[in-house]
Amino acid sequence: MKARTALPFFLLAFLLAFAAAGNAGKMMSVQVKKGDVRATPNFLGKIVTTLAYGDRVEVLETRESWLRIAPAGRGAAGWMHVSALSEKRIVLKAGAKDAQVAASGGELALAGKGFNADVEAEFKSRNRNLDFSLIDRMQAVEVPQEKIALFLKEGGLAAEGGAR
Amino acid sequence: MRSLPCKTAARLLLAAAFAMACGCAAVDELAKVGTAVAESQGKISKEQSQSITRSTGALAKAAEDFTPEQEYYIGRSVGAVIVNRYRPYREDQANGYLNLLGQALAQASDRPETFGGYHFLVLDSDEINAFATPGGLIFISRGMLRCCKNEDEVAAVLAHEISHVQLRHGIQSIEQSRKTEALKVLAVEGTKTFGGKELADLTKTFESSIGDITSTLINNGYSRAFEREADAAAVRILSRVGYDPNALAAMLREMGKRLKPGGADFAKTHPSPASRIEDISSMGVRKPSSPAPAARQARFQRALGGV
Repeated sequence: MKARTALPFFLLAFLLAFAAAGNAGKMMSVQVKKGDVRATPNFLGKIVTTLAYGDRVEVLETRESWLRIAPAGRGAAGWMHVSALSEKRIVLKAGAKDAQVAASGGELALAGKGFNADVEAEFKSRNRNLDFSLIDRMQAVEVPQEKIALFLKEGGLAAEGGAR
Repeated sequence: MRSLPCKTAARLLLAAAFAMACGCAAVDELAKVGTAVAESQGKISKEQSQSITRSTGALAKAAEDFTPEQEYYIGRSVGAVIVNRYRPYREDQANGYLNLLGQALAQASDRPETFGGYHFLVLDSDEINAFATPGGLIFISRGMLRCCKNEDEVAAVLAHEISHVQLRHGIQSIEQSRKTEALKVLAVEGTKTFGGKELADLTKTFESSIGDITSTLINNGYSRAFEREADAAAVRILSRVGYDPNALAAMLREMGKRLKPGGADFAKTHPSPASRIEDISSMGVRKPSSPAPAARQARFQRALGGV
């Protein structure tokens, strides 16, 4: 009975060790248009630098869904949410070989290929009734983090934000 | 009997440890483990288990194969179709409020960062409707907002839509054949920029993919399983931010009163509010410890009182 009770705890310890050590030293790529790097592991943290799509980063430390990273080129180390990063290498200017690997679901992704701005333009020219300026306007709305912090505070909500 | 929770915990941890060790194959493998357990307990047949394993693997892969950048372009075009059918509601205060609330919620989801970020827009329609496009463009009709009596209920609607984005449900409604076609073009394309033929082929596939998603969003709806997943994720988001997750059920009750049978809106594309409320009641929803301050209700009234 004792051994049975101990098993989940043993597994939990294994998991935590794996989670803490598993990512350190790993290289990842920024998979969003604007990769904000923050001073602390939450969205309220001051932005120390902003990385571009495809930039490579080295993972230094993991805390829940936040990774402390160092940009491969210039720029300060800081925290990014794991959803902004990809395990795949994102190739900005693809060679023929890269295309083969990417198409077979390999460890790279091609930036600007597949469904892209050219395809959207072609789609637009075939569907002239669609008004993309409405979408552009919608996407142009940016909400400053200070306003979100104030919104949470005044509403009696989680002051640190709800991010994990 | 006492050792049962312990056993279940051990089984779950084993599955999680296994998934972490396996990395990418984790989703497929977890599905196999889960279905194998259900099969051994006689809950489902072998054929059912094989079919679940097959489809989970294919769906997870299809969602993975479009990069967040491609997802972004798919989402923009789906959004353009939606605002063509339902016009935007040009009221800055309502839209500003929705974006502020929406960002606070999106940051608490399991996928706060998408290629182009989350953006929210009110649609000028009396229909009770809401849409989330791949990548994070979210549309809520005036009719839907009128079902909400307070900020917590608006938060519940937005959290449900954010969850569809997080879970990549839109992308998963694209037929498998489109993905195969898109990858074929990608493979032959190589280093050169698009020639006329590749661009034409790819645009055709793109157009069909947009069609798959818009007909799911507007006409057919997702499966009840997807809606349940989105409701469960919404409950988690609401709890994390400090909203009352019971607001989701409260909003659904009001919606249930207002939906007209046979309507072209949520009546057509979603499981009945009553069945969703029943599903939610099994999710262990807990009320927040402190009540909502008056300021929360005041700003809701200011922004959406006249919607």
